[in-house]
Amino acid sequence: MTKVCLWLAVALIGCSLSLVTSQQRARRLFIDLERAQARAQQLEVQWDQLQLEQTGLSKVSLIDSRARKTMAMQPVAAERTLHLSIDVVAEARAREASR
Amino acid sequence: MSRSLPYSANPLLRIKLPAIRSRVVMMLIALAFLALIGRAIWLQLFTNDFLQRQGESRYGRTMELPASRGKILDRNGMVLASSLPARAVCATPEEVKASPEQFAELARLLQMSTAEIHQRLGAEGKTFVYLKRQVEADVAEKIRALGIPGLHQRPEYKRFYPEGEALAHVVGFTNVEDIGQEGMELARQKELAGRPGSRRVLRDNLHRVFEDVGTLREPLDGRDLQLSIDAKIQFHAVSALRDALREHRARAGAAVVLDARTGEVLALANLPTYNPNERGQLSGAQLRNRVITDTFEPGSTMKPFTSALAIESGRYAPHTVIQTAPGRMTIGSATIGDSHPHGALTVEEVLQKSSNVGTAKIALSFPPETMWNMLTAVGFGQPPELGFPGAVAGRVLPPRSWRPINQATISYGHGISVSLIQLARAYTVFARDGDMVPLSMLRLNEPAAGVKVMEPATAQAVRRMLEMAAGPGGTAPKAQIPGYRVAGKTGTAHKLEGGRYVNKYIASFVGFAPVSDPRIVVAVMVDEPSAGRHYGGEVAAPVFAQITGDVMRTLRIAPDSPQVRQVIPADPVKETQ
Repeated sequence: MTKVCLWLAVALIGCSLSLVTSQQRARRLFIDLERAQARAQQLEVQWDQLQLEQTGLSKVSLIDSRARKTMAMQPVAAERTLHLSIDVVAEARAREASR
Repeated sequence: MSRSLPYSANPLLRIKLPAIRSRVVMMLIALAFLALIGRAIWLQLFTNDFLQRQGESRYGRTMELPASRGKILDRNGMVLASSLPARAVCATPEEVKASPEQFAELARLLQMSTAEIHQRLGAEGKTFVYLKRQVEADVAEKIRALGIPGLHQRPEYKRFYPEGEALAHVVGFTNVEDIGQEGMELARQKELAGRPGSRRVLRDNLHRVFEDVGTLREPLDGRDLQLSIDAKIQFHAVSALRDALREHRARAGAAVVLDARTGEVLALANLPTYNPNERGQLSGAQLRNRVITDTFEPGSTMKPFTSALAIESGRYAPHTVIQTAPGRMTIGSATIGDSHPHGALTVEEVLQKSSNVGTAKIALSFPPETMWNMLTAVGFGQPPELGFPGAVAGRVLPPRSWRPINQATISYGHGISVSLIQLARAYTVFARDGDMVPLSMLRLNEPAAGVKVMEPATAQAVRRMLEMAAGPGGTAPKAQIPGYRVAGKTGTAHKLEGGRYVNKYIASFVGFAPVSDPRIVVAVMVDEPSAGRHYGGEVAAPVFAQITGDVMRTLRIAPDSPQVRQVIPADPVKETQ
């Protein structure tokens, strides 16, 4: 009987210690999770920021003004556009192939 | 040598004590244990909830989980509006203690004057004041680093609009509380805003969260909104409009581009406009969305609907001759007239030459109800179901109130008021073989089914007439684009001020292209051109041509003009050596 009581007492102490340890681990993991979530949020904000930056840099108005002012380019006007039909391109390719 | 005695032989043990004493002690100890057990049972079973609540109230906190506002994107995924975390810098005036240098640095970071900061902090009877809201996060960190006591920060969001002025009227803006005030921000507030959540947590003495008790409500982020607008087409529309306003010294202007196949709004331009990122001083003129919320007398742009009525009835054919000489016509006590006499014109020439007399004669051959039915069938007199704030219905008087002069003038666009978007939508009936689809400000994956308004043959006949009107013999040859067949109608109307027509004009043009398979409908309106020219064909038609040409290229639509299969460059660009 005494032996059984001793074993039970040891088991009880073991269980108590494991409870404390697992609670401690759970809290640590929770803190890690909190940190990871905060980081994920931070990265999401960064992603939004970069997306905004990208949009700002690829704005048509910005590209247009840079092309005109910095690179002295001209807009594509319909009068100076040469439209090639698919037939013309196919014929040209066929001619090249036959040479 | 002393003799040892066994323990049991100790004489003290032989003393006989009364047995009751040990029993009393035993009983007292047992009672104490029973009391402890009873107390434990009481605490564990009967007051557990109360104790849990007490414990939690000392360490538990309800944390709000913010929901981020959804982004607004254009049809190609370009960001038009996005929220980033910011801070509100606030203070408890009584607790603020800082050196003059710290105040100067704070003022510099907040872009305020020190006097303004002192004024806010000196407000009487206030225990809490905002110094500035929506301060960007990096600036807020620098303010925090100043370490001024009594200065606090609250998290909030700031909305950014990268396209700025170009799309201000479409996207709109939010206030400091992140609530939509104008445009799609207001129209789709519920979807964009989302719903903040909350959770219970346990925090230690250092306010660190160490355990999650439970989520009370899951946060629901706002939904991203993909508009039908194409930022590239919008840029072309705004640029063309801005050039025209400058050239003709006009007061305002508006343009709208619709996808004729789906009813999606590809561009919606308004000038003057404003920068939604800097809304310090806004005027009513800047905020007005002239495409949707303003109405005007459309003038001759209404004539195609009278022509359509004539063809649809079967009583007129495109070649039916109508005498418009001597270019004037008296109805009751009023006289209407053409800018110059045309003589006998066919129905299609009436539209091509934009004869008021010819159009009025056609209209007067129908009962007012028939004409009213046609106008309402194409959407006039009803607000377009666009899901956009402030969309107006315009004014189409009921037919029983029409006198013959009213019917005559309405047939060529006077005595009726419409918005530019209504006009553009109505023209989709000619671009779509007689049926109409609802308009959409959101990108559609599948076009809605069309509602038939007129026979396809009627729409095709009017389309041919509109092509003639935009051609060399019509009123708008400047609407032509090399390589593409275009169709459309000009409009020039006097403005009404105080119930009287004044010598101020609204020049307009509505058309579509390419005529062989219409893809887009473009409507342009220029308000009060004052540089000498004011006709729709001279002021609005070139804007149409420029926008349509750019859209054709942007959407990579193949040319359909049989005359110009290959356009030779008129002025080739010189190659650099």
